[in-house]
Amino acid sequence: MSLIEAPRTPTRGHRTGGINWEKWGWIYMRASGVVLIVLIFGHLFVNLVAGEGVKAIDFAFVGGKLADPFWIVWDGLMLWLALIHGGNGMRTLVNDYATNPKVRKVLMIGIAASTVILIILGTLVITTFDPCPAGADPALLPSFCEAS
Amino acid sequence: MPEKSASNLVAEPQSPPKIRSPKRPAGTLYRGKEGMWSWVLHRITGVAIYFFLLVHILDTALVRVSPEAYNAVINTYKTPIMGLGEIALVAAIVFHALNGLRIILIDFWAFGAKHQRTMFWVVIGLWVVLLAAFIPRQLMHVFGG
Repeated sequence: MSLIEAPRTPTRGHRTGGINWEKWGWIYMRASGVVLIVLIFGHLFVNLVAGEGVKAIDFAFVGGKLADPFWIVWDGLMLWLALIHGGNGMRTLVNDYATNPKVRKVLMIGIAASTVILIILGTLVITTFDPCPAGADPALLPSFCEAS
Repeated sequence: MPEKSASNLVAEPQSPPKIRSPKRPAGTLYRGKEGMWSWVLHRITGVAIYFFLLVHILDTALVRVSPEAYNAVINTYKTPIMGLGEIALVAAIVFHALNGLRIILIDFWAFGAKHQRTMFWVVIGLWVVLLAAFIPRQLMHVFGG
């Protein structure tokens, strides 16, 4: 044994058995990336390019979309895939640049917490959303709310 | 190369093999030139998109609060400054998406690493085309009557 470690000696030692999480993370980035291109380009087209673009977006516009299960699934997939893709990407950057172990740990907890909290929040919003809330100004609601 | 050696005792090769060295360091997949700058841009655009995503989930969550709260926040997205910000956002997303496909091709296509530099310029070309289509449309929406 030499006194000086070889320059590429892993800090945490070699992995012995178990699930190779880094490999699955690597695969996830590529698989989710391809799906996200379709989902986000579609999202950008419908919300920014088609019709009146960003000027058309309001509660009635979003209510009309989220009344349709198609867009609930679309937005839900986008939420989960994009947040985990982004969180894992930020984890890569923290691993590369945060050399102080304490700073690294704080950043990792922050990334994990914000990912979990926003996935729960977003999922609750799109699954419990009511496009025609009781007592709301009818002028702000989607046109189909008047029927009920 | 020095002048001919004075010593005739050692047989010298008549024409030593010529190794043509590059004038400047040629770079590798991740060091220097297109390989490195695409990697840098991928990181910068990725971080920018990530922080927008966090804000965007929170602002969209306001649909669960009240129509008034959601409309108040989404109206700020229609101002001229935010309209230009959306162009920057779309530019970042389109680069990240196209360069992501380039990374996948480098990883899985047998000739991907060989053609990574060409593919970078294909990414830039497609990025220019897609933004040339989006920017006038967005300017119409934001600044048009």
